[in-house]
Amino acid sequence: MKKLITRRTAIVAGLASAGGLLLTRYPKNLPPTYGNLLRMGDNLTYSAHRALLPGQPLVKEYRSSDITSFPAIGTTNPGTYENPLVAAEYRELQKGGFQDWELSVEGSVAKPRTFSIAELKQFPSRTQITRHTCEEGWNAIAQWTGVPLSTVLDATGILPSARFVMYYACDDWLDSIDMLDALHPQTILAYGMNGRDLSVPHGAPLRIRVETQLGAKSIKYLNRIVVLDEFDDGGKRGAIQNGWAWDMGI
Amino acid sequence: MVDETRESVHARWVRVTHWILSASVLTLAFSGFVILMAHPRLYWGDAGNDLTPALIELPISRNFRHGGWADRTSISENDPGVISASRTFDTFNQNGWGRSLHFFAAWGLVLVGSVYLIAGILGGHFQAHLRPRLRELSPPLVWRDLVDHWSPKGRPAPRGPNYGLLQKCAYSAVVFLAAPLAVLTGLTMSPRVSAAFPFLLRVFDGAQSARTLHFAAFLVLLLFAIVHVVMVIRSGFRRQIRAMTFGE
Repeated sequence: MKKLITRRTAIVAGLASAGGLLLTRYPKNLPPTYGNLLRMGDNLTYSAHRALLPGQPLVKEYRSSDITSFPAIGTTNPGTYENPLVAAEYRELQKGGFQDWELSVEGSVAKPRTFSIAELKQFPSRTQITRHTCEEGWNAIAQWTGVPLSTVLDATGILPSARFVMYYACDDWLDSIDMLDALHPQTILAYGMNGRDLSVPHGAPLRIRVETQLGAKSIKYLNRIVVLDEFDDGGKRGAIQNGWAWDMGI
Repeated sequence: MVDETRESVHARWVRVTHWILSASVLTLAFSGFVILMAHPRLYWGDAGNDLTPALIELPISRNFRHGGWADRTSISENDPGVISASRTFDTFNQNGWGRSLHFFAAWGLVLVGSVYLIAGILGGHFQAHLRPRLRELSPPLVWRDLVDHWSPKGRPAPRGPNYGLLQKCAYSAVVFLAAPLAVLTGLTMSPRVSAAFPFLLRVFDGAQSARTLHFAAFLVLLLFAIVHVVMVIRSGFRRQIRAMTFGE
Protein backbone atom coordinates (compact mmCIF):
# COMPACT_ATOMS: atom_id res chain seq x y z
CA MET A 1 0.00 0.00 0.00
CA LYS A 2 2.68 2.41 1.04
CA LYS A 3 4.53 1.99 -2.25
CA LEU A 4 1.41 2.78 -4.33
CA ILE A 5 0.76 6.02 -2.46
CA THR A 6 4.37 7.03 -2.92
CA ARG A 7 4.33 6.60 -6.65
CA ARG A 8 0.98 8.31 -7.05
CA THR A 9 2.09 11.24 -4.89
CA ALA A 10 5.26 11.60 -6.90
CA ILE A 11 3.37 11.64 -10.21
CA VAL A 12 0.77 14.12 -8.94
CA ALA A 13 3.47 16.41 -7.57
CA GLY A 14 5.40 16.23 -10.84
CA LEU A 15 2.35 16.94 -12.99
CA ALA A 16 1.23 19.79 -10.73
CA SER A 17 4.58 21.56 -10.93
CA ALA A 18 4.84 20.97 -14.70
CA GLY A 19 1.29 22.24 -15.16
CA GLY A 20 1.94 25.27 -13.04
CA LEU A 21 4.99 26.02 -15.13
CA LEU A 22 3.23 25.62 -18.46
CA LEU A 23 -0.14 27.20 -17.84
CA THR A 24 0.26 30.30 -15.69
CA ARG A 25 2.61 32.86 -17.19
CA TYR A 26 4.37 30.88 -19.89
CA PRO A 27 5.84 33.38 -22.39
CA LYS A 28 3.97 33.36 -25.69
CA ASN A 29 6.99 34.33 -27.79
CA LEU A 30 9.88 31.97 -27.25
CA PRO A 31 13.20 32.05 -29.12
CA PRO A 32 13.57 29.40 -31.86
CA THR A 33 15.44 26.23 -30.86
CA TYR A 34 16.25 24.93 -34.36
CA GLY A 35 15.75 21.44 -32.92
CA ASN A 36 18.74 21.87 -30.60
CA LEU A 37 18.25 20.16 -27.23
CA LEU A 38 20.38 22.77 -25.44
CA ARG A 39 18.26 25.62 -26.81
CA MET A 40 15.15 23.78 -25.57
CA GLY A 41 16.75 23.68 -22.13
CA ASP A 42 17.51 27.42 -22.40
CA ASN A 43 13.85 28.07 -23.21
CA LEU A 44 12.74 25.96 -20.24
CA THR A 45 14.95 28.06 -17.95
CA TYR A 46 13.68 31.33 -19.44
CA SER A 47 10.06 30.17 -19.20
CA ALA A 48 10.56 29.08 -15.60
CA HIS A 49 11.97 32.51 -14.73
CA ARG A 50 9.01 34.27 -16.28
CA ALA A 51 6.44 31.85 -14.83
CA LEU A 52 7.82 31.50 -11.31
CA LEU A 53 9.72 34.71 -10.46
CA PRO A 54 8.03 38.02 -9.66
CA GLY A 55 8.00 40.49 -12.59
CA GLN A 56 10.62 43.18 -12.06
CA PRO A 57 12.41 42.91 -8.69
CA LEU A 58 15.35 45.30 -8.35
CA VAL A 59 18.86 43.88 -8.27
CA LYS A 60 20.98 44.71 -5.22
CA GLU A 61 22.46 48.21 -5.24
CA TYR A 62 25.74 48.83 -3.44
CA ARG A 63 27.47 51.72 -1.64
CA SER A 64 30.19 53.75 -3.38
CA SER A 65 32.78 52.16 -1.09
CA ASP A 66 31.87 48.79 -2.65
CA ILE A 67 33.02 49.86 -6.14
CA THR A 68 35.75 47.51 -7.45
CA SER A 69 38.30 47.34 -10.23
CA PHE A 70 36.68 46.58 -13.57
CA PRO A 71 38.28 44.70 -16.49
CA ALA A 72 37.40 45.89 -19.99
CA ILE A 73 37.01 43.00 -22.45
CA GLY A 74 35.73 42.39 -25.96
CA THR A 75 36.06 45.54 -28.05
CA THR A 76 37.98 48.03 -25.94
CA ASN A 77 38.48 50.66 -28.64
CA PRO A 78 36.28 50.79 -31.77
CA GLY A 79 38.82 53.31 -33.16
CA THR A 80 41.07 50.32 -33.91
CA TYR A 81 38.25 47.99 -35.02
CA GLU A 82 38.95 45.52 -37.85
CA ASN A 83 36.40 47.23 -40.13
CA PRO A 84 38.32 50.40 -41.17
CA LEU A 85 35.12 52.33 -41.98
CA VAL A 86 33.73 51.73 -38.47
CA ALA A 87 37.11 52.59 -36.93
CA ALA A 88 37.48 55.83 -38.90
CA GLU A 89 33.93 56.96 -38.11
CA TYR A 90 34.39 56.24 -34.41
CA ARG A 91 37.67 58.15 -34.29
CA GLU A 92 35.99 61.09 -36.02
CA LEU A 93 33.10 61.11 -33.53
CA GLN A 94 35.52 60.76 -30.63
CA LYS A 95 37.47 63.79 -31.88
CA GLY A 96 34.28 65.83 -31.64
CA GLY A 97 33.64 64.68 -28.07
CA PHE A 98 30.84 62.41 -29.35
CA GLN A 99 28.63 65.47 -29.90
CA ASP A 100 27.47 63.97 -33.21
CA TRP A 101 26.89 60.45 -31.84
CA GLU A 102 23.33 59.41 -32.65
CA LEU A 103 21.12 56.79 -31.07
CA SER A 104 18.26 55.89 -33.40
CA VAL A 105 15.07 54.45 -31.95
CA GLU A 106 12.83 52.73 -34.50
CA GLY A 107 10.49 49.80 -35.10
CA SER A 108 7.19 49.48 -33.22
CA VAL A 109 7.19 53.03 -31.91
CA ALA A 110 4.81 55.89 -32.82
CA LYS A 111 7.57 58.47 -33.46
CA PRO A 112 10.87 56.92 -34.62
CA ARG A 113 13.70 59.39 -34.09
CA THR A 114 17.32 59.85 -33.13
CA PHE A 115 18.78 61.17 -29.89
CA SER A 116 22.14 62.85 -29.30
CA ILE A 117 23.97 62.21 -26.04
CA ALA A 118 23.08 65.77 -24.97
CA GLU A 119 19.39 65.04 -25.61
CA LEU A 120 19.60 61.80 -23.59
CA LYS A 121 21.20 63.76 -20.73
CA GLN A 122 18.16 66.09 -20.65
CA PHE A 123 15.91 63.24 -19.49
CA PRO A 124 15.70 62.58 -15.73
CA SER A 125 18.74 60.42 -14.99
CA ARG A 126 19.16 57.36 -12.82
CA THR A 127 22.37 56.49 -10.97
CA GLN A 128 22.89 52.97 -9.63
CA ILE A 129 25.78 51.01 -8.15
CA THR A 130 25.36 47.46 -9.35
CA ARG A 131 27.18 44.19 -9.84
CA HIS A 132 28.24 43.33 -13.39
CA THR A 133 28.33 39.52 -13.72
CA CYS A 134 30.49 38.36 -16.60
CA GLU A 135 29.44 35.05 -18.11
CA GLU A 136 33.09 33.94 -17.71
CA GLY A 137 32.70 33.81 -13.93
CA TRP A 138 34.16 37.10 -12.68
CA ASN A 139 32.18 40.14 -11.62
CA ALA A 140 32.74 43.78 -10.75
CA ILE A 141 30.83 46.58 -9.03
CA ALA A 142 30.51 50.04 -10.61
CA GLN A 143 28.30 53.09 -10.53
CA TRP A 144 26.32 53.78 -13.69
CA THR A 145 24.50 56.96 -14.66
CA GLY A 146 22.06 57.13 -17.52
CA VAL A 147 18.48 57.37 -18.67
CA PRO A 148 16.09 54.47 -18.10
CA LEU A 149 15.36 52.68 -21.39
CA SER A 150 11.65 52.89 -20.49
CA THR A 151 11.89 56.72 -20.46
CA VAL A 152 13.36 56.77 -23.98
CA LEU A 153 10.79 54.25 -25.24
CA ASP A 154 7.97 56.30 -23.67
CA ALA A 155 9.29 59.41 -25.43
CA THR A 156 9.03 57.65 -28.79
CA GLY A 157 5.59 56.18 -28.03
CA ILE A 158 5.99 52.44 -27.76
CA LEU A 159 3.19 50.51 -29.52
CA PRO A 160 1.09 47.95 -27.60
CA SER A 161 2.18 45.20 -30.00
CA ALA A 162 5.83 45.51 -28.85
CA ARG A 163 7.31 42.31 -27.37
CA PHE A 164 11.12 42.64 -27.67
CA VAL A 165 13.75 45.37 -27.84
CA MET A 166 16.73 44.73 -30.10
CA TYR A 167 19.82 46.90 -29.77
CA TYR A 168 22.92 47.40 -31.87
CA ALA A 169 26.47 48.64 -31.29
CA CYS A 170 28.84 50.33 -33.74
CA ASP A 171 31.24 47.35 -33.46
CA ASP A 172 28.71 44.87 -34.94
CA TRP A 173 27.43 43.55 -31.61
CA LEU A 174 23.69 43.15 -31.26
CA ASP A 175 21.35 41.60 -28.75
CA SER A 176 17.75 41.73 -27.58
CA ILE A 177 15.67 41.52 -24.40
CA ASP A 178 11.97 41.00 -23.68
CA MET A 179 9.71 43.88 -22.60
CA LEU A 180 9.83 42.88 -18.91
CA ASP A 181 13.58 43.49 -18.86
CA ALA A 182 13.41 46.42 -21.32
CA LEU A 183 10.99 48.29 -19.05
CA HIS A 184 12.79 47.22 -15.85
CA PRO A 185 13.58 50.37 -13.78
CA GLN A 186 17.30 49.47 -13.64
CA THR A 187 17.66 48.88 -17.39
CA ILE A 188 19.33 52.12 -18.40
CA LEU A 189 21.21 53.67 -21.31
CA ALA A 190 24.36 54.68 -19.44
CA TYR A 191 26.60 57.60 -20.40
CA GLY A 192 28.41 57.84 -17.05
CA MET A 193 30.51 55.43 -14.99
CA ASN A 194 31.81 56.06 -11.45
CA GLY A 195 30.90 59.77 -11.69
CA ARG A 196 32.68 60.44 -14.99
CA ASP A 197 31.72 60.24 -18.64
CA LEU A 198 31.85 56.66 -19.90
CA SER A 199 35.43 55.83 -20.98
CA VAL A 200 36.23 54.31 -24.38
CA PRO A 201 37.12 50.83 -23.00
CA HIS A 202 33.75 50.71 -21.19
CA GLY A 203 31.59 51.80 -24.11
CA ALA A 204 31.83 55.55 -24.75
CA PRO A 205 29.66 57.39 -25.32
CA LEU A 206 26.70 55.10 -24.62
CA ARG A 207 26.08 51.55 -23.45
CA ILE A 208 23.06 49.65 -22.21
CA ARG A 209 22.94 48.22 -18.69
CA VAL A 210 20.71 45.14 -18.36
CA GLU A 211 21.23 44.46 -14.65
CA THR A 212 18.92 41.43 -14.51
CA GLN A 213 21.09 39.45 -16.94
CA LEU A 214 24.73 38.51 -17.46
CA GLY A 215 27.13 41.24 -18.51
CA ALA A 216 27.27 40.12 -22.15
CA LYS A 217 23.78 41.64 -22.56
CA SER A 218 25.05 45.09 -21.51
CA ILE A 219 26.67 45.91 -24.84
CA LYS A 220 28.86 48.95 -25.40
CA TYR A 221 28.98 51.66 -28.13
CA LEU A 222 25.18 51.61 -28.52
CA ASN A 223 23.78 53.43 -31.57
CA ARG A 224 20.52 51.78 -32.57
CA ILE A 225 17.41 50.44 -30.85
CA VAL A 226 14.64 48.58 -32.71
CA VAL A 227 11.38 47.69 -30.96
CA LEU A 228 10.03 44.35 -32.26
CA ASP A 229 6.63 42.61 -32.25
CA GLU A 230 8.17 39.19 -32.91
CA PHE A 231 11.36 37.55 -31.73
CA ASP A 232 14.34 38.08 -34.04
CA ASP A 233 17.42 35.89 -33.48
CA GLY A 234 19.73 38.50 -34.99
CA GLY A 235 20.99 36.14 -37.71
CA LYS A 236 24.67 35.21 -37.83
CA ARG A 237 25.58 37.97 -35.37
CA GLY A 238 22.98 36.90 -32.82
CA ALA A 239 23.55 34.72 -29.76
CA ILE A 240 21.47 31.71 -30.83
CA GLN A 241 23.12 31.07 -34.18
CA ASN A 242 26.48 31.31 -32.41
CA GLY A 243 25.52 28.55 -29.98
CA TRP A 244 24.70 30.74 -26.97
CA ALA A 245 21.57 31.02 -24.87
CA TRP A 246 19.55 34.12 -25.77
CA ASP A 247 18.21 34.80 -22.29
CA MET A 248 21.04 35.33 -19.80
CA GLY A 249 19.00 35.98 -16.65
CA ILE A 250 20.43 32.50 -15.80
CA MET B 1 8.55 -1.22 8.28
CA VAL B 2 11.72 -2.80 7.02
CA ASP B 3 12.08 -6.51 7.47
CA GLU B 4 15.58 -6.84 8.94
CA THR B 5 15.71 -10.61 8.53
CA ARG B 6 15.13 -10.63 4.76
CA GLU B 7 17.46 -8.96 2.27
CA SER B 8 15.25 -6.26 0.73
CA VAL B 9 15.76 -4.82 -2.76
CA HIS B 10 15.91 -1.27 -4.14
CA ALA B 11 12.46 0.09 -5.00
CA ARG B 12 11.89 0.85 -8.66
CA TRP B 13 11.53 4.62 -8.09
CA VAL B 14 14.87 4.61 -6.24
CA ARG B 15 16.56 2.76 -9.11
CA VAL B 16 15.13 5.05 -11.82
CA THR B 17 15.88 8.29 -9.97
CA HIS B 18 19.34 7.01 -8.96
CA TRP B 19 20.43 6.61 -12.58
CA ILE B 20 18.85 9.82 -13.87
CA LEU B 21 20.40 11.78 -11.00
CA SER B 22 23.78 10.07 -11.55
CA ALA B 23 23.74 11.09 -15.21
CA SER B 24 22.71 14.64 -14.26
CA VAL B 25 25.46 15.03 -11.66
CA LEU B 26 28.12 13.59 -13.99
CA THR B 27 27.05 16.01 -16.74
CA LEU B 28 26.99 18.88 -14.24
CA ALA B 29 30.50 18.04 -13.03
CA PHE B 30 31.87 17.88 -16.58
CA SER B 31 30.17 21.04 -17.87
CA GLY B 32 30.87 22.86 -14.60
CA PHE B 33 34.56 22.14 -14.99
CA VAL B 34 34.47 23.52 -18.55
CA ILE B 35 32.77 26.69 -17.25
CA LEU B 36 35.36 27.04 -14.47
CA MET B 37 38.16 26.82 -17.06
CA ALA B 38 36.96 30.14 -18.51
CA HIS B 39 37.86 31.85 -15.22
CA PRO B 40 39.76 29.51 -12.89
CA ARG B 41 39.95 31.99 -10.02
CA LEU B 42 37.80 31.86 -6.88
CA TYR B 43 36.99 34.75 -4.54
CA TRP B 44 35.16 35.54 -1.32
CA GLY B 45 32.58 38.32 -1.04
CA ASP B 46 30.40 40.17 -3.53
CA ALA B 47 32.85 40.70 -6.36
CA GLY B 48 36.14 39.50 -7.81
CA ASN B 49 37.94 39.64 -11.14
CA ASP B 50 41.39 39.56 -12.77
CA LEU B 51 42.22 43.00 -11.37
CA THR B 52 41.43 42.02 -7.77
CA PRO B 53 43.18 39.43 -5.55
CA ALA B 54 41.92 35.84 -5.76
CA LEU B 55 41.24 33.46 -2.88
CA ILE B 56 42.34 30.46 -4.96
CA GLU B 57 43.79 30.21 -8.46
CA LEU B 58 43.30 26.82 -10.12
CA PRO B 59 45.85 25.80 -12.76
CA ILE B 60 43.26 24.27 -15.08
CA SER B 61 43.34 26.24 -18.32
CA ARG B 62 45.42 28.76 -20.22
CA ASN B 63 43.31 31.46 -18.53
CA PHE B 64 45.18 30.60 -15.31
CA ARG B 65 47.35 33.51 -14.13
CA HIS B 66 47.14 35.21 -17.48
CA GLY B 67 48.87 38.48 -18.17
CA GLY B 68 48.07 40.78 -21.04
CA TRP B 69 46.32 43.77 -19.53
CA ALA B 70 46.87 47.19 -21.13
CA ASP B 71 46.06 50.81 -20.30
CA ARG B 72 45.72 50.51 -16.54
CA THR B 73 43.83 53.55 -15.29
CA SER B 74 42.32 54.56 -11.99
CA ILE B 75 38.52 54.64 -12.23
CA SER B 76 37.66 55.85 -8.75
CA GLU B 77 37.91 59.32 -7.25
CA ASN B 78 38.20 57.92 -3.71
CA ASP B 79 40.49 54.93 -4.13
CA PRO B 80 43.41 54.97 -6.61
CA GLY B 81 43.67 51.18 -6.19
CA VAL B 82 40.36 50.74 -8.00
CA ILE B 83 41.47 50.42 -11.61
CA SER B 84 40.43 49.35 -15.05
CA ALA B 85 42.53 47.70 -17.73
CA SER B 86 41.85 46.35 -21.20
CA ARG B 87 42.29 42.65 -21.89
CA THR B 88 44.64 42.07 -24.81
CA PHE B 89 44.76 38.29 -25.18
CA ASP B 90 42.56 35.47 -26.45
CA THR B 91 40.86 33.48 -23.70
CA PHE B 92 39.66 29.89 -23.42
CA ASN B 93 35.85 30.09 -23.39
CA GLN B 94 33.48 27.20 -24.15
CA ASN B 95 30.64 28.59 -22.04
CA GLY B 96 28.13 28.72 -24.91
CA TRP B 97 27.41 25.01 -24.95
CA GLY B 98 29.06 24.56 -21.54
CA ARG B 99 26.54 26.58 -19.57
CA SER B 100 23.52 25.49 -21.60
CA LEU B 101 24.50 21.85 -20.99
CA HIS B 102 25.05 22.67 -17.30
CA PHE B 103 21.53 24.07 -17.01
CA PHE B 104 20.02 21.22 -19.04
CA ALA B 105 21.53 18.75 -16.55
CA ALA B 106 20.55 21.00 -13.63
CA TRP B 107 16.91 20.62 -14.68
CA GLY B 108 17.39 16.85 -14.44
CA LEU B 109 18.87 17.22 -10.96
CA VAL B 110 16.18 19.62 -9.72
CA LEU B 111 13.09 17.96 -11.25
CA VAL B 112 14.04 14.32 -10.64
CA GLY B 113 15.69 15.27 -7.33
CA SER B 114 12.40 16.85 -6.20
CA VAL B 115 10.50 13.67 -7.11
CA TYR B 116 13.10 11.66 -5.16
CA LEU B 117 12.84 13.94 -2.11
CA ILE B 118 9.02 13.99 -2.08
CA ALA B 119 8.76 10.23 -2.60
CA GLY B 120 11.51 9.58 -0.04
CA ILE B 121 9.80 11.66 2.63
CA LEU B 122 6.20 10.58 1.99
CA GLY B 123 7.02 6.92 1.37
CA GLY B 124 9.12 6.60 4.52
CA HIS B 125 12.28 5.59 2.61
CA PHE B 126 14.42 8.27 4.26
CA GLN B 127 13.04 7.48 7.72
CA ALA B 128 13.51 3.73 7.28
CA HIS B 129 16.82 3.56 5.41
CA LEU B 130 18.75 6.85 5.33
CA ARG B 131 18.38 8.29 8.83
CA PRO B 132 21.22 7.17 11.12
CA ARG B 133 19.72 6.07 14.46
CA LEU B 134 21.02 7.69 17.62
CA ARG B 135 21.94 4.30 19.09
CA GLU B 136 24.00 3.55 15.94
CA LEU B 137 26.14 6.62 16.48
CA SER B 138 27.95 5.20 19.51
CA PRO B 139 31.77 5.22 19.11
CA PRO B 140 32.21 1.40 19.17
CA LEU B 141 29.65 0.91 16.37
CA VAL B 142 31.12 3.73 14.26
CA TRP B 143 34.58 2.22 14.82
CA ARG B 144 33.40 -1.26 13.80
CA ASP B 145 31.84 0.07 10.60
CA LEU B 146 35.03 1.99 9.76
CA VAL B 147 37.17 -1.13 10.31
CA ASP B 148 34.78 -3.17 8.19
CA HIS B 149 35.15 -0.70 5.33
CA TRP B 150 38.95 -0.79 5.44
CA SER B 151 39.55 -4.49 6.01
CA PRO B 152 39.90 -6.55 2.84
CA LYS B 153 37.52 -9.18 4.25
CA GLY B 154 34.86 -6.92 5.74
CA ARG B 155 31.22 -7.74 6.17
CA PRO B 156 29.55 -8.30 2.79
CA ALA B 157 27.65 -5.11 1.93
CA PRO B 158 23.90 -5.44 1.49
CA ARG B 159 22.70 -4.94 -2.06
CA GLY B 160 19.34 -3.56 -0.98
CA PRO B 161 18.50 -0.46 1.03
CA ASN B 162 19.42 -1.88 4.46
CA TYR B 163 22.42 0.40 4.55
CA GLY B 164 25.27 0.37 7.06
CA LEU B 165 25.94 3.30 9.37
CA LEU B 166 28.58 5.03 7.23
CA GLN B 167 26.41 4.54 4.15
CA LYS B 168 23.50 6.25 5.90
CA CYS B 169 25.71 9.17 6.95
CA ALA B 170 27.26 9.56 3.49
CA TYR B 171 23.96 9.32 1.59
CA SER B 172 22.21 11.72 4.00
CA ALA B 173 25.06 14.24 3.68
CA VAL B 174 24.79 14.15 -0.12
CA VAL B 175 20.99 14.24 -0.32
CA PHE B 176 20.33 16.81 2.40
CA LEU B 177 23.49 18.94 2.45
CA ALA B 178 25.82 18.83 -0.57
CA ALA B 179 23.22 18.64 -3.36
CA PRO B 180 20.94 21.38 -1.91
CA LEU B 181 24.03 23.56 -1.29
CA ALA B 182 25.07 23.12 -4.94
CA VAL B 183 21.59 24.08 -6.18
CA LEU B 184 21.19 27.10 -3.87
CA THR B 185 24.68 28.52 -4.50
CA GLY B 186 24.09 28.00 -8.23
CA LEU B 187 20.87 30.01 -8.05
CA THR B 188 22.64 32.74 -6.05
CA MET B 189 24.97 33.38 -9.00
CA SER B 190 21.98 34.23 -11.21
CA PRO B 191 21.37 38.00 -11.46
CA ARG B 192 17.62 37.56 -11.97
CA VAL B 193 17.13 34.95 -9.24
CA SER B 194 19.22 36.87 -6.69
CA ALA B 195 17.17 40.00 -7.50
CA ALA B 196 13.97 38.06 -6.72
CA PHE B 197 15.45 36.40 -3.61
CA PRO B 198 18.03 38.82 -2.18
CA PHE B 199 18.38 36.75 1.01
CA LEU B 200 20.45 34.28 -1.04
CA LEU B 201 23.23 36.88 -1.35
CA ARG B 202 23.11 37.48 2.41
CA VAL B 203 23.08 33.77 3.32
CA PHE B 204 26.14 32.99 1.18
CA ASP B 205 27.94 36.33 1.85
CA GLY B 206 27.91 37.53 -1.76
CA ALA B 207 27.84 36.23 -5.31
CA GLN B 208 31.52 35.27 -5.49
CA SER B 209 31.33 33.45 -2.14
CA ALA B 210 28.38 31.52 -3.57
CA ARG B 211 30.52 30.60 -6.60
CA THR B 212 33.33 29.39 -4.32
CA LEU B 213 30.87 27.35 -2.21
CA HIS B 214 29.39 25.96 -5.45
CA PHE B 215 32.87 24.66 -6.25
CA ALA B 216 33.23 23.30 -2.68
CA ALA B 217 29.92 21.42 -3.08
CA PHE B 218 31.27 19.96 -6.33
CA LEU B 219 34.41 18.75 -4.51
CA VAL B 220 32.29 17.06 -1.81
CA LEU B 221 30.10 15.39 -4.45
CA LEU B 222 33.20 14.32 -6.41
CA LEU B 223 34.77 12.81 -3.29
CA PHE B 224 31.51 11.01 -2.53
CA ALA B 225 31.25 9.68 -6.10
CA ILE B 226 34.80 8.29 -6.01
CA VAL B 227 34.36 6.56 -2.63
CA HIS B 228 30.89 5.34 -3.67
CA VAL B 229 32.21 3.70 -6.85
CA VAL B 230 35.20 2.19 -5.02
CA MET B 231 32.82 0.65 -2.45
CA VAL B 232 30.53 -0.65 -5.21
CA ILE B 233 33.53 -2.32 -6.87
CA ARG B 234 34.80 -3.77 -3.58
CA SER B 235 31.42 -5.24 -2.67
CA GLY B 236 30.87 -6.88 -6.05
CA PHE B 237 30.51 -4.54 -9.04
CA ARG B 238 28.23 -6.75 -11.18
CA ARG B 239 26.05 -7.71 -8.23
CA GLN B 240 25.57 -4.08 -7.10
CA ILE B 241 24.95 -2.71 -10.60
CA ARG B 242 22.30 -5.41 -11.18
CA ALA B 243 20.75 -4.59 -7.79
CA MET B 244 20.52 -0.87 -8.58
CA THR B 245 19.34 -1.45 -12.17
CA PHE B 246 17.01 -4.46 -12.02
CA GLY B 247 16.19 -4.55 -8.30
CA GLU B 248 17.60 -8.04 -7.85
